[in-house]
Amino acid sequence: MAQISQDNRGLRLVVRYAVLCLIAAIFSFPLIFMIVSSLKPSSQLLADAHSFRALLPVGDISLQNYFDAFKRAPVALFIFNSVLVTGVTVVASLALCSAAAFAFTFVMWKGRDLALTVILATLIVPFETIAIPLLLEASKLPWIGAGGITWGWLNSYRVQIVPFIADGLTIYLFVQYFKDLPGELIEAARVEGASWFAIYRRVVMPLSGPVLATAAILKFLVMYNQYLWPIMVTQEEQYRPVMVGLQYFFQLNRAWGEIMAYLSLITVPVLAFYLYLQKAFIASIASTGVKG
Amino acid sequence: MKHLKWSVAAVALIGWGSLASATETLSMWYHGAGNEVEMKLINQVIADFNASQTDYAVELQSFPQAAYNDSVTAGALAGNLPDILDVDGPNMPNWAWAGYMQPLTIDESKIANFLPGTKGIYNGKLYSIGLWDAAISLVTRQSTLDALGLRTPTLEQPWTGEEFEAALKAAKDSGKYKYALDLGMAWTGEWYPYAFSPFLQSFGGDIVDRTTYASAEGALNGEAALAWGNWWQHLFTEDYAQADQDGADRDNGFGAGDYAFSWNGNWAALGALKAFDDTLFLPAPDFGKGPKIGAASWQFGVSAKSAHPEGAAKFIEFALQDKYLADFSNGIGLIPATPSAAAMVDNYKDGGPLAVFFGLSNAQGMVRPVTPGYVVQAKVFEKAANDIAHGADVAATLDAAVDEIDADIAKNNGYAAQ
Repeated sequence: MAQISQDNRGLRLVVRYAVLCLIAAIFSFPLIFMIVSSLKPSSQLLADAHSFRALLPVGDISLQNYFDAFKRAPVALFIFNSVLVTGVTVVASLALCSAAAFAFTFVMWKGRDLALTVILATLIVPFETIAIPLLLEASKLPWIGAGGITWGWLNSYRVQIVPFIADGLTIYLFVQYFKDLPGELIEAARVEGASWFAIYRRVVMPLSGPVLATAAILKFLVMYNQYLWPIMVTQEEQYRPVMVGLQYFFQLNRAWGEIMAYLSLITVPVLAFYLYLQKAFIASIASTGVKG
Repeated sequence: MKHLKWSVAAVALIGWGSLASATETLSMWYHGAGNEVEMKLINQVIADFNASQTDYAVELQSFPQAAYNDSVTAGALAGNLPDILDVDGPNMPNWAWAGYMQPLTIDESKIANFLPGTKGIYNGKLYSIGLWDAAISLVTRQSTLDALGLRTPTLEQPWTGEEFEAALKAAKDSGKYKYALDLGMAWTGEWYPYAFSPFLQSFGGDIVDRTTYASAEGALNGEAALAWGNWWQHLFTEDYAQADQDGADRDNGFGAGDYAFSWNGNWAALGALKAFDDTLFLPAPDFGKGPKIGAASWQFGVSAKSAHPEGAAKFIEFALQDKYLADFSNGIGLIPATPSAAAMVDNYKDGGPLAVFFGLSNAQGMVRPVTPGYVVQAKVFEKAANDIAHGADVAATLDAAVDEIDADIAKNNGYAAQ
């Protein structure tokens, strides 16, 4: 009897892993296709597209598409711009939104609930509806730089960063997470005479690893995939991000191999960032049920 | 006092000197980012212009084509348009009406022999001018026509609608092809009105009534339009063409022998010639009101906010030289705007492999509706054509399209001058 039970357990394990491997394979197919295709000439890529060869590095394999992609567009500049804009926005967003959420969760002040409701209500407003008013605003804002005061933020990094630092979703994530922290910790710190800032910095934030990872990944994806706003505000090539750069490859006669090479290159920062934070991200999903 | 006089004279001299040598910067936006050859050509024109005089210096900012129109619209909203911009021909009336562009003042005798589709004329005024045009043809092979026992149509004697039908049926019945006709259904957007509305116009219909531009009633849902809609739908119900096409099939299908005929532009012609040495580029069939193909490609114009419209016009006039028309044609394969430039291009000179496209453009080219409302009408037409291809009721779909177009015209007060 014990032997049969042991066999069943082993069989179940095999089946479970087989199913998981199958699901993993299905999800990894697009990535494998992209990377493998980036090594093939366009004609072979299209010819292989309808067979299993599409997922295999066979035939005329080379890095030529990567060289051609760098010739067609300033790929390194676009990746740098995206990483810079995304990185600064993510860091600033985590700092600002977590502080706001702290104030909404732990500090009692008049109008707090109403303010939070208004902020959460912005979640249902699509960006497209505010894009034009935001553009008009951004084109007239002042900036103090080395050359004194200038007017208009177009063609800059700041115009791609500042409007996206604070957002309702990130604040909501932090508020939800903070609500689950033991209130005794905050009370104890207050009794000890700690200031609100000290509690935020020394008590709450050290316990917020999972939500920081989740908020960072979600913000990273939103910012890294920005397209509409950059084409509205960056007429100069030197400030363009990767998604606008992708359009450089969509000519009348499309070079699919180069497109795949470019996509492979711009996917690297996303994968690296996700892999770096994935443990905390999964922990956060498990604890809050929030997913991207 | 003597010193003061000398000082004044010196200041005046320096001021005059700086005025005499002042070079105004002209900003220019262009849609060719990512196209290495095109960018090299436009940069050469700019370098030559800047070296040819000292009054103006053109500075280029290039955009990827897919993002260009949105960038211009955003630039206009933010008051940030350049002096010179390029515009896709059918969009020009909308940009002129919306106040993005001003009339182009160049010596019109210099464009007298330009292909009709290269001239962007709206409300009787020239707003833009193109260095090239594009044309569509029915691509096939001589061996295909021979095997199917079909007459080779010519510009003077294109196929009639019945002959075209017989050709499609013969190709289908031969069993040699996946589909008789590759319409390019994998492409979306402007391809639909550019490539397919000429069929409608050949039937006698149109996207909008061009006599008034005040309504689509009768033009898009009259007898002729219904005939077009039924014919268009039967292409798919008879399995002559596929309503849903894979992009790879569009790019490679004709070369792989999957289609007997391909409705495609001159930009793809060299690839077709490379695939088969007996490739033919046939004129559009005549469905009763003459054979038609779309005309007008990208053109240059002056932004309404330009502080130096005369300088911008001077640059555009400079770019219209035959040598540049020929260079662009050699580089990107499009049709040179003048016969003299065509004669300088191996592909388009008499006897050249693509010379037929110059004739097609000249004889069959028809610009899309010259109205600011076209940008909306094009999308409505695209949706209607796509719905009909997928089996929607023809009359109801066209009536709905007319309602949508008319509502847009009414909402914009008939697109009267602002």
